[in-house]
Amino acid sequence: MSVGYFQIFRALSSETTLVLVALGVLTLDLVAGRKREMAKRREIAGAAALFGLAVSALPLIWQMGLADVPLPGATLVVNPLTIIFKFALIALAALTVLISVDHDIGAHVGEYFAMLLFGAIGMLLLVSSEELLTIFVALELTSISLYILTAFHKNSLRSQEAALKYFLFGAISSAFLLFGLSYVYGLTGATNLRDIGMALAGKGADPLLAVGLLCVLVGLGFKVAMVPFHLWAPDAYEGAPTPVTAFIATGSKVASFFVLVKVLMVGFAGAVGSASWCGWQSGWAMVLGVTAAASMLLGNFAAIVQHNVKRLLAYSSIAHAGYILIGFVAATATGATAVLFYVIVYALTNLGAFGVVAALAPRAGGNEMKRFSGMAKRAPFLSLLMLVFILSLAGIPPLGGFFGKFYLFAAAVECDSQHFGLLWLVALGIVMSVVSLYYYLVLMKHIYVLPAKDDSRIKTPGYVNAALALCAVGVVVLGVFPERILALLKTLVIRL
Amino acid sequence: MRTDWTIYVSFLGAGLIMLLPRNAKNLIRWVALLTGVTGLGIALQNYIAYNGWIAANQPLKDGFWHLANAAWIPSLGARYHLAVDGLNFPLVLLNGIVCVTGILFSWNIEERVKEFFAFFLTLIAGVYGVFMAMDLFLLFVFYELAIVPKYFIIAIWGSTRKEYGAMKLVLYSFVGSAAVFIGILAAFFAGGGQTFDMLELARNPIAREAQVWVFPLIFGGFAVLAGMWPFHTWAPTGHVAAPTAASMLLAGVVMKLGSYGCLRAAMLLFPSGLVHWHWCIAWLGVIGILYGAAVALVQKDFKFIIGYSSVSHMGFVLLGLATLNRDGMSGAVLQMFSHGIVASLLFAVVGRMVYDRTHTRQLDELGGLSKTLPFACVTFVIAGAASMGMPGFSGFVAEIQVLIGAFKMSPWLAAAAALSIAVTAAYILNALHKVFYNDEQAPAATHRLPRITVPEVVAAVMLMVALVVIGLYPSAMLDMIQANVDIFLKGMP
Repeated sequence: MSVGYFQIFRALSSETTLVLVALGVLTLDLVAGRKREMAKRREIAGAAALFGLAVSALPLIWQMGLADVPLPGATLVVNPLTIIFKFALIALAALTVLISVDHDIGAHVGEYFAMLLFGAIGMLLLVSSEELLTIFVALELTSISLYILTAFHKNSLRSQEAALKYFLFGAISSAFLLFGLSYVYGLTGATNLRDIGMALAGKGADPLLAVGLLCVLVGLGFKVAMVPFHLWAPDAYEGAPTPVTAFIATGSKVASFFVLVKVLMVGFAGAVGSASWCGWQSGWAMVLGVTAAASMLLGNFAAIVQHNVKRLLAYSSIAHAGYILIGFVAATATGATAVLFYVIVYALTNLGAFGVVAALAPRAGGNEMKRFSGMAKRAPFLSLLMLVFILSLAGIPPLGGFFGKFYLFAAAVECDSQHFGLLWLVALGIVMSVVSLYYYLVLMKHIYVLPAKDDSRIKTPGYVNAALALCAVGVVVLGVFPERILALLKTLVIRL
Repeated sequence: MRTDWTIYVSFLGAGLIMLLPRNAKNLIRWVALLTGVTGLGIALQNYIAYNGWIAANQPLKDGFWHLANAAWIPSLGARYHLAVDGLNFPLVLLNGIVCVTGILFSWNIEERVKEFFAFFLTLIAGVYGVFMAMDLFLLFVFYELAIVPKYFIIAIWGSTRKEYGAMKLVLYSFVGSAAVFIGILAAFFAGGGQTFDMLELARNPIAREAQVWVFPLIFGGFAVLAGMWPFHTWAPTGHVAAPTAASMLLAGVVMKLGSYGCLRAAMLLFPSGLVHWHWCIAWLGVIGILYGAAVALVQKDFKFIIGYSSVSHMGFVLLGLATLNRDGMSGAVLQMFSHGIVASLLFAVVGRMVYDRTHTRQLDELGGLSKTLPFACVTFVIAGAASMGMPGFSGFVAEIQVLIGAFKMSPWLAAAAALSIAVTAAYILNALHKVFYNDEQAPAATHRLPRITVPEVVAAVMLMVALVVIGLYPSAMLDMIQANVDIFLKGMP
C-alpha cells in the first residue's frame, strides 16, 4: 500500500495549520504587541489564535472525503469519529482562547497563546492516532504544553508549585506509560492497536500482559485524574491561571478519554475481565471498576469540605472521572458511546463553569466561595449560566449532564441485564450524585441566596458572555435533543 | 388548547418574566398571574370537556386522552408521551388552582420578585409535566426538574432555618429519586430494554421476582416526597421554612407528586409487587396518619401544626392506595385533590394572613385574631372543618371512601385510621381557640393589624369554592377517577 505525501498532508492538515498559526501568533506578538498595553496585546494575539483555529477547522471538512483510509501502521487515522472529536477539541480551544483574552496572563502573551495552540495540536494528534508511539508523543506534546501553561502566573507561588507538582507527577506517569507500552510491544511485536488486539486475542492471562496493562492504566489514569492518580489535580487546578485550568479539565480530558477508549476497547479487547458483583475476573474492567468507585467516593466526599471554587470543581471533576469510568466497566459499544457522549457534555459544562470563575473571580477578589456571595445580584447573567453548568454537573434534567449520566448508568446495567452484575457500581454512582448535589447547592447558595458584602455590579466583556452562553446552550441542547449526536456516535463506535 | 399547553404556557411565562426588567415588580406579578390563570383556564376547560366525555360514555384509547406521543430519544426508547385520564386530571386541575392562588398570596413579596416568579412558574411547569407524562423517562425528567426550584424558593424567600429546611427537603427528594432511578433502570432492562412508555410497560409486566424488589424501590422513592412515615421528616421543617406560596405548593402539589408517582410509576406498572407489599404500605399509611395527628396535637408553632397535619392526611392517600379496592383507591385520588386544596388554604391562613402581619407563629403569642382579622378566622374555620372531614366538604367524601376501602381490607386498619379524625378535630379546634379567640390573653401586638388585601380574599374564596363544589357534587371528580380505577383493578393479577 503506497500512500503519497499529499494524503499524509491531507490527514495532517489541521495540525499543520495550527503549527503555522502558533508560530504566527508568536511572531505577531513580537512584532506588533510589545509596545502596546496588555489588554490590547491579548486581544490581538487572541484574535489571531481564534482566526487560526477557525481556519484549522476547515480542512476537517476536506478530510471527510478521506474517511476511513488508514495511513501506514495506523499512525494517523481519519474517520468520522476522529473528525467529530477534532471539531470538538478545536471548539474547546477556541472557547478557552476567548476566556483567556479577558484574563490576566502576565507579560508573555504571545507565548501563552502559542502554548495553548501547541497543546491543542497534541490533543488533535492524540485523537487521530491508533499507534502507540504516536499516542505517546502526542500525549507528551499536550502535557508539556499544559505544564508550561500552568506555571504562567509567574509571580504566584501557587502557580509555580502547581506546575512543578503537575510536571513531576506527569513525568513519572509518562515513565509508567512508556514502560507498560514496551511490555506490550515485547509481548505482541506490534505498536498498532489493532494488531495488538489481534495478537492478544485468546492469549489468556499472562503476567507480562498484566504488568503492561497496569502500567498503561497508571499512565493514562493520571491524565484523566482518576483515584489514586488524582493527587496533582486539585493543586494544579487551583494554581493554574483559570482559563488554563479550564483547558486542562476539558480539552485534555476529552483527548485522554478518547485515547483510553481506543487503547482499551481496541488494543486490550482481549483482556477485559469483569467487575460484576458475583463474577469478578481480572482485567482492565475490574481495575477500572474499583478505581471508578474510589474516584466517585473520594471526589465527592472531598469536594464537600472545599471552600475554594476551583478546588471544589477539581474534586468534582475527579468524581466525574469516576462516573465516566463506569462506561468503560460496561465494556460494550453502548458503554463506549456513553463515555464519548458524556465526555463532550462534561467538557462543555466544565469549560463553562471554569469560564464563569475565570471571568468573575478576579473581579470579585478571589476564588474562595464566599467571594461569590450575592453574585446573582452583581452579575445576573453569568450567575444564571453558572446555575445551568452546576445543575448539569449535578445531573439535573433537562440538561446534558443528566442525560449523559443516565446513559452511562443505563449502559452499565444493560451490559448484564440478566444478573444486574454492575448494579452496585450504578447504585454507588447514583447515591454519590445525591452527595454531589449537596456541595453544588452550597455553591449555588452562595451565588443565589447569601447577600453580597459589596453590591456593585460586575461588568464582563460581551465576547466572554457570548462564549459562555454558547456553552450553556450546548449543554441544554445536548440534554433535550441528545438523539442526533447519540445515534451518530453509536454507529461510529460500532465500527471501531 | 390541549391540556399539555399548561406546561408550555408556564415555561413561556417563566421565560418571559426572566426577560422583564427587575424593577417592574407589578408588571412581573401580572404576567405571572396571567400565566397562572391561562394554565388554569386550559386545565379547567379541558377538565369539563373530559368530564362530559366520560359521562357520555365516549370511547377512550386505553382509558386515556392522548395529548402528544412522539419519539424523543429512540436509541433509548424514550418517548415524549403526554396523556390525561381520570387519575391525573384532578391533579392537573389542582396544580392550576394552587398556582393561581399561590401567585395571589405572594402578591406582597417585594424582594427579588422577578426571580421568585421565574422559579415558581418553572416549578409549576415541571409539576404539570409530571402529572401528564406517560413515559417513565419523561416523568423522571419533569420530576427532577420540579425539585430544584424548591430549593431556591425556600432558601431565598423563606423564614425560620430556611437554608437547613431547603437543603433537607432537596436532599430527601433526591435520595428518593435516586431509589426511583435505580428502580427505573432495573425495570427498563428487565422488561427487555425496548421502551420507557408506561402503557407498554404495564401491558407486559416484568417477572414477578423482579417486581418484588423493583416495586419497593420506586414506590419508596416516590413515597419520600409523599411524606410517608418514616421518611416524612423533611415535610414539617420544609413547610415551616418555606414562604407561604411555597408551603402551599409543597403541601398542595409537591407531596402529590410523590403519591401520584407511587400510583402511576409503581403500582400501575408492578401489580405483583404491589400485591406483595400492600399490607406493609397500608400499615405505614396508618402509622403516618396517627403519628402526624398526634405530633400536631402537641405543637406550639402554628405552622408546624399544619405541617404535621399534612403528614397525617397524606397517610390517608397511602392507605387508600394500598387497599386495592374501588372505594379506597378512588378515595385516595380524591384525597390528593382535596388535601391539596385544604393544605393550601391552611398554609395561606398561617403564613400569609397571620404570620406576615403578626410576625409570630407561636400559639402562646397569638390570640383574639377573630376581631382583628375576621376574614382569616372564617377561612380557617372552613379549611379546618374540611380538614376534620366535616360533611359538605371534599375532605369528607375522600376520607370516608378511604375508610370504607380500608374496612373492606381489614376493620383494624379502618378503626386505627378513624381514630385520627378525633385527634384532628382536637388540634384544629385547639389552634382555632388559641389563635383566633382566647381574647383575654391576646397580646397588645395583635390588636391593630393591616387589613386583609383583595388578592388574599380572591384566592381564599377560590380555594373555598373548590372545597365546597367537590364536597357537594363529588361525582364531578369521582366518576372519572372510578372509571380508571376500575380499569386498573380489572387488570390486577
